[in-house]
Amino acid sequence: MTIHWFKYAAPTTFYGLAGKLIPFFAWPSAILFVAGIYFGFFVAPTDAVQSEAYRIMFIHVPVSILSMFIYLIMAGYAALGLIFKTRLSSMMASALAPTGAIFAFIALWSGALWGKPMWGAWWVWDARLTSELILLFLYLGFIALQASIDDPRRADRAGALLAIVGSVNVPIIYFSVKWWNTLHQGSTIKFSDTSMHVAMKQALFLMMAACWLYTIAITLVRVRSIILERERNTQWVSELEEVRS
Amino acid sequence: MNWADFFAMNGYAFYVWGSYGMALFVFMIEIILVRHKRKVTLQQLRMMRDAGESQ
Repeated sequence: MTIHWFKYAAPTTFYGLAGKLIPFFAWPSAILFVAGIYFGFFVAPTDAVQSEAYRIMFIHVPVSILSMFIYLIMAGYAALGLIFKTRLSSMMASALAPTGAIFAFIALWSGALWGKPMWGAWWVWDARLTSELILLFLYLGFIALQASIDDPRRADRAGALLAIVGSVNVPIIYFSVKWWNTLHQGSTIKFSDTSMHVAMKQALFLMMAACWLYTIAITLVRVRSIILERERNTQWVSELEEVRS
Repeated sequence: MNWADFFAMNGYAFYVWGSYGMALFVFMIEIILVRHKRKVTLQQLRMMRDAGESQ
């Protein structure tokens, strides 16, 4: 029996740790969202070219960047799970996918609502937009593929391969505005950039931090359910306070 | 600046609030779903345990 305890050591300890950490990410995230909205709407000045429409940037840019980052983190976890057979890594990959898909969706949605008044079109088949749409489909494909395979370990392996192969799309999205002539403007955040008003940068930074913390909090909640589901036949799960009561 | 002007967003109200509104809506749905998922998972575990005890 002692062997089982070692075998499940990682998910066991992580389950409790994740539960303790969630409020420390969730509440700061909520506060940063409020601060980001305040800076974005009440401190940042009206843009000379785009008037008030540019304020879509404060949600569009963070969710777009995060949709790419989350994909790379998801693919990284999936690869770890594939190579080292660490089950918690595969569970983390599964837990990240829905949030990544949601961010990609909001990026496309807010992009369409920004594109209409600025370009005169909700959608164009341009490199940036198309590759971001493919990112959304990769997330949905990953989720659907895992859901369609009953054996969790086989689902992890198949999902990992899709995630790893699909990660080639992320640099394509990122560099699309440089590689091709596109309607989409260049990167908003540049390390040497001084063109943006300081309050706009602060608002962007706050919204970005809020989105990161949101992602961590929601992923931890989701991974805890995944751990319980996959470890449901183990002793430690049946001995949990929330299961016994 | 009064509130009516603020919400009008200089004519871009639909686009600006449409973006933030959808983001808020989707985040709320996600939060409700993950909490619901946890509740359901715990319920299933208790049902499994009860079924195991009765055997």
